[in-house]
Amino acid sequence: MKKKISEQLGFLVLTFSGIFVILILGVILFDVISKGIGVISWEFLTHPPREGMTKGGIFPALLGTFLVSVITVLFAVPLGMFAAIYLHEYARAGKLTRLIRLSIRNLSGVPSIVYGLFGVVIFVQTLNFGTSILSAGLTLGLLTLPWTVTACEEALKTVPKSYREGALALGATKWHSIRTNVLPYAIPGMLTGVILGLARAAGETAPILFTGAAFFLPHLPKSIFDQFMALPYHLYILATQHHAIDQVRPIAYGTALVLLALVFTLSLTAILVRYQYRKKMKG
Amino acid sequence: MSNPLKIQVRHLNFFYGEIQALKDINLEIRANHVTALIGPSGCGKTTFLRCLNRLNDIVEGARMEGEILLDGTNICGDNIDPVQVRRKVGMVFQKSNPFPKTIFDNVAYGLRINGNYSRRKIEEMVEKSLRDAALWDEVADRLQDSAMELSGGQQQRLCIARALAVKPEVLLMDEPASALDPIATQKIEELIRELKTKYTIVIVTHNMQQAARVSDYTAFFYLGELIEVDRTEKIFTHPGLKRTEDYITGRFG
Repeated sequence: MKKKISEQLGFLVLTFSGIFVILILGVILFDVISKGIGVISWEFLTHPPREGMTKGGIFPALLGTFLVSVITVLFAVPLGMFAAIYLHEYARAGKLTRLIRLSIRNLSGVPSIVYGLFGVVIFVQTLNFGTSILSAGLTLGLLTLPWTVTACEEALKTVPKSYREGALALGATKWHSIRTNVLPYAIPGMLTGVILGLARAAGETAPILFTGAAFFLPHLPKSIFDQFMALPYHLYILATQHHAIDQVRPIAYGTALVLLALVFTLSLTAILVRYQYRKKMKG
Repeated sequence: MSNPLKIQVRHLNFFYGEIQALKDINLEIRANHVTALIGPSGCGKTTFLRCLNRLNDIVEGARMEGEILLDGTNICGDNIDPVQVRRKVGMVFQKSNPFPKTIFDNVAYGLRINGNYSRRKIEEMVEKSLRDAALWDEVADRLQDSAMELSGGQQQRLCIARALAVKPEVLLMDEPASALDPIATQKIEELIRELKTKYTIVIVTHNMQQAARVSDYTAFFYLGELIEVDRTEKIFTHPGLKRTEDYITGRFG
C-alpha cells in the first residue's frame, strides 16, 4: 500500500514537471507570437528600418544573419566533418586522442562572449579581416565547431562496424570504405547536428557584438569585409538601447518572432532529415 | 591444381594487447577442399580466420607473429598490403551484412573497386555471382530493390555472391549459417559443397553436424591452441585425442 502511494506520488511529480516545462515554453511562445504577429508583413521582412528604427522592416538584419550563417557553415562544416572523420576512423585510441576529445567537449562549455573576444583578437586584429561578416562568421564557426565535431562523430558511430569490415573484406582501402560505405550513411546524421549547431549560432549575440555586427547601417553590405546588421543584435538594441523603447517594442517582438521562426525552421529541417534517414536505413 | 597446399600457417601467435589468443598454430589448408574450424566459443577460431585475410589489422592493440603462406608467399609481412591479400581471400561474416544499397550495387561493390570494368561487364559478373550463390532465380526481377528487404537466408547468400564477385581464391566463412533456419542453412551447405570445386573454403562452425556434412578436413581449436586436425571422417569417427572426442561427443563445450 505504502509502495503504491509513493509510486503515485513520484508519477505526479514527474507529470507536473513535464507540464510545467511545456507551460513555460507555451507562455514564452504565446507572448512573442501575440505581440509580434501584428507587425509581421511582407514589407517588414523586405524593407530596411526607417525613422530611427521606429518604423520600417528588418531586411538588413535578416540578410546579415543569413550571410554570417553562410560563412559559419562554409567554415565549420568541412572542418568539423574532417576532424570527426580523423578522430573516429583514423586516430588511435591513446592519450593524445583523449586529450583532443576532452578539449573539444570543454570548448562547447566556453561562454560565447569569450569566443567574441577571441574573434576580435584573431580575426579582426591579427588576421586583419576588420569588423566584418567574415570575422563574425568565423567566430560563430568556432563556436559551433565543438557541436559539429561531436555530432559528426556520433553520426559515424551509428554506422555499423560490419559495413566497414564488409567493404575491407572485399579489398577496399580504408578511405574507399569510409567514402563509399560509411559517409553516405553518416551524412544525414551529421547534417542534423550541423543544423542544430547553426540554429544556435544564428541566435547568438555576444560573438558578433565585437566582430562585425553594427547598430544601424544605411545600406546593405557589399562584400564579406563589410559590417552587417543581425537579427539577435537588432533585437538587443531595440529592447534595451533604443531612445524610444515603448515605440519600438512591437518591432522588437516582431524581430524576436522572425528569429524564433528561423531557429524553429532549422530545427524542423534537422528533424525531417533525421526522419528520412532512419526510414532509408531500415530499407 | 597448381598447389595442393593453398595456405600454410607456421608458428602463428596472436595477441590482443597482453592476452594471447592463438598459440603456435601450425596448419595446412588444401586447395579446393573445405576445412572446418571447430571448438568452443572463445577458442580462437574466428581470430584465426581473420588472420587469414589480415582483417585483424584493424583491431587496435592486436599483434600477429609467425607466417601465413598463401601459395608460398608470406602474407603477414609488413611489406605486404593487406588490401591485396583481401582481394585474394574473401570473407563471409557470421551476421549477414548486406550494405543498405540495392541488390545489384551490393554485388557490384567489389567489382567497382577492383577494376575498370564496363557497365556491361559488371552486369554480367553480377549475374554470374548471383547464379553461383544460388540466388539469381529469387532476385533476377528485383535487382534494384534494397538488399535490406531480402530474408535472412537470402541476405547471407547475397553476401556470398558479393564475395564471389571479386573472384577470390580462398573463401573464409565465419559461422555463415548460425543465424539461419534449417532450410536456409541447407541451401548454404549445398552451396559450399558446390563452391569448393572453384575455391578453397575455410569455415568456422559451432555445429558439429554441419562440420561433418560440409567439410573435408576438420581442425579442432581449444583455448587458443590447435589440438588436432585431420580428415573430417577420421576426426568424427576415430579422433586421435581424448579432448577432441570429448568435445565432438558433447561432453564439454
